[in-house]
Amino acid sequence: MLLEVDELHVSYGRVAALRGISLQVDEGEIVTLIGANGAGKTTTLKTLSGLRAVAAGSIRFDGRDITAMPGHQRVMAGLCQAPEGRGVFPGMSVAENLAMGAYSRGKPAEADLERVFTLFPRLKERQKQAGGTLSGGEQQMLAIGRALMARPRLLLLDEPSMGLAPQYIQLIFRIIAEINEQGTTVLLVEQNAAQALAVAHRAYVLETGTIVKTGTGQELLGDESVVAAYLGGGPG
Amino acid sequence: MSNFVNQFWASTIDGLTQGAIYALVALGYTLVYGVLRLINFAHSEIFMIGTFATVGVISAAGITSPLAGVGLLLFVLGAGAVAAVVSGGSAVVLERVAYRPLRRRGATQLAALISAIGASLFLQQAVSIWVTSDARTTERVMEKVNLLTIGTGDLRADKLLVFVGAMAMMILLDRLVSGTRFGRAIRATAQNADTATLMGVNIDRVIMITFLIGGAMAGVGGMLYVIFFEVTNFTVGFVLGIKAFTSAVLGGIGNLRGALLGGLLLGLIEEYGASVVGAQWKDVIAFSVLVAVLMFRPTGLLGEALGKARA
Ligand SMILES: Nc1ncnc2c1ncn2[C@@H]1O[C@H](COP(=O)(O)OP(=O)(O)O)[C@@H](O)[C@H]1O
Ligand SMILES: [Mg+2]
Repeated sequence: MLLEVDELHVSYGRVAALRGISLQVDEGEIVTLIGANGAGKTTTLKTLSGLRAVAAGSIRFDGRDITAMPGHQRVMAGLCQAPEGRGVFPGMSVAENLAMGAYSRGKPAEADLERVFTLFPRLKERQKQAGGTLSGGEQQMLAIGRALMARPRLLLLDEPSMGLAPQYIQLIFRIIAEINEQGTTVLLVEQNAAQALAVAHRAYVLETGTIVKTGTGQELLGDESVVAAYLGGGPG
Repeated sequence: MSNFVNQFWASTIDGLTQGAIYALVALGYTLVYGVLRLINFAHSEIFMIGTFATVGVISAAGITSPLAGVGLLLFVLGAGAVAAVVSGGSAVVLERVAYRPLRRRGATQLAALISAIGASLFLQQAVSIWVTSDARTTERVMEKVNLLTIGTGDLRADKLLVFVGAMAMMILLDRLVSGTRFGRAIRATAQNADTATLMGVNIDRVIMITFLIGGAMAGVGGMLYVIFFEVTNFTVGFVLGIKAFTSAVLGGIGNLRGALLGGLLLGLIEEYGASVVGAQWKDVIAFSVLVAVLMFRPTGLLGEALGKARA
């Protein structure tokens, strides 16, 4: 297992956001975590990246216990994230944002830049433009491209389709599959359950801080309660 | 008004000299605000410590008559380095003791502000008890010869040194922040600290180095101040600190080039104003500028943060 999360509890003050969740991600997989707004998806990813303190439970990455490891060191270990809302540095150019992605490696490698520009030709055209002036879809491309610059072993994506126009949503999901085929393991958080389940090998359903269901993407796409709750109405 | 015209060049030279020191100290306020959204009110005492470090170097070096040429250059570089290290080091300790524990506990901005004021009073009193509570005058380290007369103004050697020294430090800082990998990490932290962590940036280290750099700039400001005024005391940071803070706000707090612009402008406004209504009104003029900026353009002339701006 590349990532093993065991009985993880996280709270904001007195409010418990994660109540003992356990999940695994194996090398080479796309695993998705779906759930409604406020279920605890973002909290899960922030905790994996070391931005939130763990109240109880453990996180193992690549066989190593990283529960107490500071966030910036996890990047070096291979855990990279494109956060919710994209987190593009607005005052930096596209090129500088990508260079920030490679911060943990020192200088950005030419080969990594080439890979990002092949996936997202649009970013190559906009290299000199300030991140804050990009469209939502372009910012999402930048956030994913930036995370790839660190050569992640596990790429965490927090709602990459949020707020995007339909043609961009298609593009982003296609790229996620492509990145995975190139060998990067992906943990994808989504509210867009239909698309996420279609692209994922396995899935977890999160409700108010608890994992209520797990299975392959196909299994959950056919699951009545999942269809009713997350895929908008009856099967068919 | 005729005084304004008569003294225009003299006021300009003095305003730029004074303003260059304001700008150097303003950088510390603006850098720390940029990354922490905190007004480090103890920064004025970091400047004060820089003036005392310089006084210490002058007496330790046994300077009894004005220096010139290579001797002067060596003194400026040596005293500048000592003042930068002492002030920068003090700023790092200040951050560890007065701010980091609060940050760890997720304290409010108000708590940090009160801690800042407490630290400021502590440093003043510590210097007054352990060093001196009297004004400390120094030997003259350079001849204050006139190099060039522009209109009614005399461009004196020491004023030129203050201005050139301050500009050199600011250009250095600007290169660091806009042109290096670590400078990019500082800007990333200012724009979005959580995302900076996701890039592998050690935020605590960025904050520490931000205090170090801001403190070092104030230390060099302290050295230039002592060369120019030849006197200091434990409260020297108080008024100068508020003026440097005013400069930072005037230029746009969080904006490095804004600090430079704000400092020079404030120096000029003070001197021009003084030539019209009298030198005793200088401080009133400076603080009126602060009030006016806060009322009418709180984001300052160049607009907000290190965050949004490119440098
Ligand atoms: N900064 C915060 N402070 C307090 N409560 C928070 C904070 N962030 C999230 N929460 C709460 O934690 C729960 C999970 O939120 P989140 O992880 O953002 O959910 P999701 O990403 O699935 O929409 C919600 O009840 C939310 O209100
Ligand atoms: Mg979320």
